[in-house]
Amino acid sequence: MPDTGKTIEIEVLRYRPEQDTEPVLQSYQVPFTDDMSVLQGLQYIKDYLDGTVSFRWSCRMAICGSCGMMVNGKPELSCKTFLRDYYPGKLRVEALAHLPIERDLVVSVGDFVKKLESVKPYIIPKETRSLDDGEYLQTPAQLAQYEQFSSCINCLLCYAACPQFGMNPSFTGPAALALLHRYNADSRDGGQAERMELVNSEEGVWSCTLVGYCSEVCPKGVDPARAINMNKTSSAIDYFLRFVLPKGAAK
Amino acid sequence: MKRSNAPIFWSLFGAGGVLSALLAPVLVYITGVAVPTGAGMPPDALAYSRVLAFAQSLHGKAFLFAVIALFLWHAAHRIYHCLHDFGVHPGTATKVVLYGTAFAGSAAAAWLLLAIGL
Amino acid sequence: MSPRNPYVRPMDGWWRRNPYYVRYMLMEATSVIVAIYALILLVGLWRLSQGQMQYDAWLAALRQPPAIGLHVLMLLAMIYHAYTWWKVLPKTLPLLHVGGKPVPGLLLSAAGWTATLAVSVVVYAAVRWCGI
Repeated sequence: MPDTGKTIEIEVLRYRPEQDTEPVLQSYQVPFTDDMSVLQGLQYIKDYLDGTVSFRWSCRMAICGSCGMMVNGKPELSCKTFLRDYYPGKLRVEALAHLPIERDLVVSVGDFVKKLESVKPYIIPKETRSLDDGEYLQTPAQLAQYEQFSSCINCLLCYAACPQFGMNPSFTGPAALALLHRYNADSRDGGQAERMELVNSEEGVWSCTLVGYCSEVCPKGVDPARAINMNKTSSAIDYFLRFVLPKGAAK
Repeated sequence: MKRSNAPIFWSLFGAGGVLSALLAPVLVYITGVAVPTGAGMPPDALAYSRVLAFAQSLHGKAFLFAVIALFLWHAAHRIYHCLHDFGVHPGTATKVVLYGTAFAGSAAAAWLLLAIGL
Repeated sequence: MSPRNPYVRPMDGWWRRNPYYVRYMLMEATSVIVAIYALILLVGLWRLSQGQMQYDAWLAALRQPPAIGLHVLMLLAMIYHAYTWWKVLPKTLPLLHVGGKPVPGLLLSAAGWTATLAVSVVVYAAVRWCGI
């Protein structure tokens, strides 16, 4: 138990489907030291104050993507956010915005998983290869075209940031579209035409209005706003030239 | 999955956005502040004869048409999405009014520029 | 195990909850000023087509203090539009690399801001000294 004499108030948005009709804030006084993350604050609550508080976490080092939540209204990874930065003020912790709350700080992610599947997130080879062809060769320049988009840890902070997703949950969304671009931009991949149907639809890039907050909150520098808006140009080119270019020429 | 027709309006929005980003500040300043107040501008800077000659020239017609039309198309597209952001759910009627105004304004500008002659 | 009952939070007033969103809404709202100004120009063009008397009346209307006040506000809005347009434009461009290093978006934005400045100087000079 931290013994510094410093205490911070953490308000947690509680929601227990078996007893609550709507979420309600519950306050806890948490003793803390300067090195403690918001996640550790929640763990203190669960261990010593209220064992019923539910939240996801795993690696506690910003790589697994489990601990996303709203901290004072902003999407953050709780393991990467520190209590000292809010002291002596109050900390308000809520489930990630724009996603349905299952319980307390736990949100529904099934819909997101379906969206990941819908973008065909795998290398679709340009032509069939055999083992005798050897490995793919890729230059650093080719890698640079997609590397940042491969850094996504599926933490859903970008969905919590995106008001277009909040207003229209059928929007494929930042992370899924960044993943789509990650494959389109990979020199080993030849599946651009197959992914275009999703890109060109209203649920694809055209729900995005470049608010840009998704890229602001991304803890891994993926820049999903860039991934989506780069594809608006290719989608527009595909739209205007579709009768002129043979099928499959769009990139 | 249905292909969106957004590219048409988005392209016009983009063109209008670039043009207005380049020209709107200086044009608003000249026509709305500098000439009316006379600050740093000769009183005849936008005199009838000068502006008429400009509107009669081919480059003048192209400039005026591009500015009026593309500004209107840029605004129609952005206002449509802005309404959605405010929680108003614009339907087909709103689309027709907004994009229709842009179309009507562009057509009016073209007609006037033709009427002014060479 | 208790039954699930996922709770969906309302989106009303979403943009008021974060200064980032407020700035975004202001950026989008500049489009209203772009439309208003285009319509003012269209009216001017119409007056021009009608003749000297009608055109001069349009110029006289622009000299009224409320009109000047409106244009000062519109000027501020258009400057904000130009600033945000170039700030955001790099997001629509493909990843650019020069000499193995990524070209930062800010550099492209700076090119845009410079272009606005350059065009403004040219247009101003054209009207001021060269009679359009």
